[in-house]
Amino acid sequence: MKYALLIYSQSTAEEYADILAATRQAAAGGTTATGPWTDYTRAALDAGVFAGAEQLTHDETATSLRVQNGDRVMTDGPFMETKEHLLGFYLLNVDDLDAALDWARRMPMHPGQTVEVRAALSGLPWQRVLTE
Amino acid sequence: MAAGPDGVAGATRLERAFREEWGEVVATLARRLGDLQAAEDAAAEAFAVASVAWARDGVPPNPGGWLTVTAWRKAVDAYRAGGARTASVDPQLLGEVTAAGPAAAAAAGLGEQEMTQTLGDDRLGLIFACCHPALAEEVRVALTLRFVAGLSTREIAAAFVVPEATLAQRLVRAKRKIRESGIRFTVPSQERLAERLRSVRAVVYLVFNEGFAAGGGAELIRRDLCDEALWLGRLLRRLFPDDGESAGLLALMLLHQSRAAARVSDDGRPVPLAEQDRALWDAALVAAGVAVLDKALLRHSPGPYQLQAAIAALHGTAASFESTDWPQIALLYGALARLDPSPIVEVNRAVAVGMADGGLAGLAVLAPVVASGALDQYGPLHAAHGFLLEKAGYAERARGAWARAAETAGNSAVRDELLRRHVDPI
Repeated sequence: MKYALLIYSQSTAEEYADILAATRQAAAGGTTATGPWTDYTRAALDAGVFAGAEQLTHDETATSLRVQNGDRVMTDGPFMETKEHLLGFYLLNVDDLDAALDWARRMPMHPGQTVEVRAALSGLPWQRVLTE
Repeated sequence: MAAGPDGVAGATRLERAFREEWGEVVATLARRLGDLQAAEDAAAEAFAVASVAWARDGVPPNPGGWLTVTAWRKAVDAYRAGGARTASVDPQLLGEVTAAGPAAAAAAGLGEQEMTQTLGDDRLGLIFACCHPALAEEVRVALTLRFVAGLSTREIAAAFVVPEATLAQRLVRAKRKIRESGIRFTVPSQERLAERLRSVRAVVYLVFNEGFAAGGGAELIRRDLCDEALWLGRLLRRLFPDDGESAGLLALMLLHQSRAAARVSDDGRPVPLAEQDRALWDAALVAAGVAVLDKALLRHSPGPYQLQAAIAALHGTAASFESTDWPQIALLYGALARLDPSPIVEVNRAVAVGMADGGLAGLAVLAPVVASGALDQYGPLHAAHGFLLEKAGYAERARGAWARAAETAGNSAVRDELLRRHVDPI
């Protein structure tokens, strides 16, 4: 079963930018990737459960399209203004919710961060094109 | 409420047997289908068929097996009919079934025979799914009562004083979450077992306390919850004979239950332990609780339930409040506080120390709890404070504490906490 582990953070756009800059700077000197998230990703790869992961820009930079009277109306900003923004996600292929929760528990999260575990549906008609 | 030798009251043995059969059919089907709703529907159909067929042809030699096989065939029929509901059923599993067909499997006598032999495991798997920590606590309680204990939606709704439609909706949502989120109907792996079993015990104890906290005759249905919890506790101990804490939980519930008749006065008011008529205590339940506890303690794996049961056993076997083995109870509360620290345990320890070593010693234990203000809204804290102040000779200050106790009695915010970790408010 595939699970999305959605990571939410409360950091503002400025805080997030500072964190990213610091992370990039710290990594600039080294030749190999290190750090807790690197270890986490490697562990998922080694366990054979890794199916994808992305880290996103802050939701302040989002652009949303809404269907209105048959048109696509564009707005500057996220779909919903909330304190927590979706920071990124892992896509893992594991047996059941218990295993997915174990991987969620292992994430090197910071205070104020939340991980939401959601099972992915399978066997849907549109998914057939992926295996054609 | 007179509990029978196996604690079954309210429901007749026949009803209970019917419900147990229903629970086992649902358990077996749920495990194979991974879907409680489909299991429940198939079981309902099988029971409907049975009510006609058994009246006509007599009860078959193995009623449980008959019901399970019939329900399984109904589930396969439903799948073949292409209900969207069963779309998430493991296709491999149904592949086997639809390829060979249930008739072929019956002819081979394989799948269906196996189906009636793994009941213990299926039951456990169902319990673990219903008590999964990913489900909200009240949802775990409702699922367990519905699918493990076999209560109807109406009965559960009445017991928890929620509209039946609300409870039904909660169950529908829970069944969907179990199916779609990948909660399995299996016994957890060894490294997860301890945590998951803790959640199962907590659910059983919540059910018990929900019933135990109920007051007079108007809440009769709620008090039946105690019987359900005792039944679940016995089931848990039967399925996990080596688990000291599951035995401890059963012993604790039996010992609490032994005092049921003495806890409430004729006019429906709660009677504190010190004033209870010990002649009303059920000696058979005390003996049963002590026997279960003694056997558990031989395993030398103490835990919060065994410690609380040991405290309840000392109360249960004491001739009077005064002659109770208070030094031992104080020690047990100390051990409990180390395992599972809580200000409420400290309040109870303070009273025990007060009874063992005098009011001043008890006040010394209570002082940090009073100072922290954490339990300021908790009536029993102020009652204990008043009791200890009076014992130490501070009559004037004791009156202030009693007044505070009266003010805070029945506060609903603390009621939840009390239910969570019920300790006798002395």
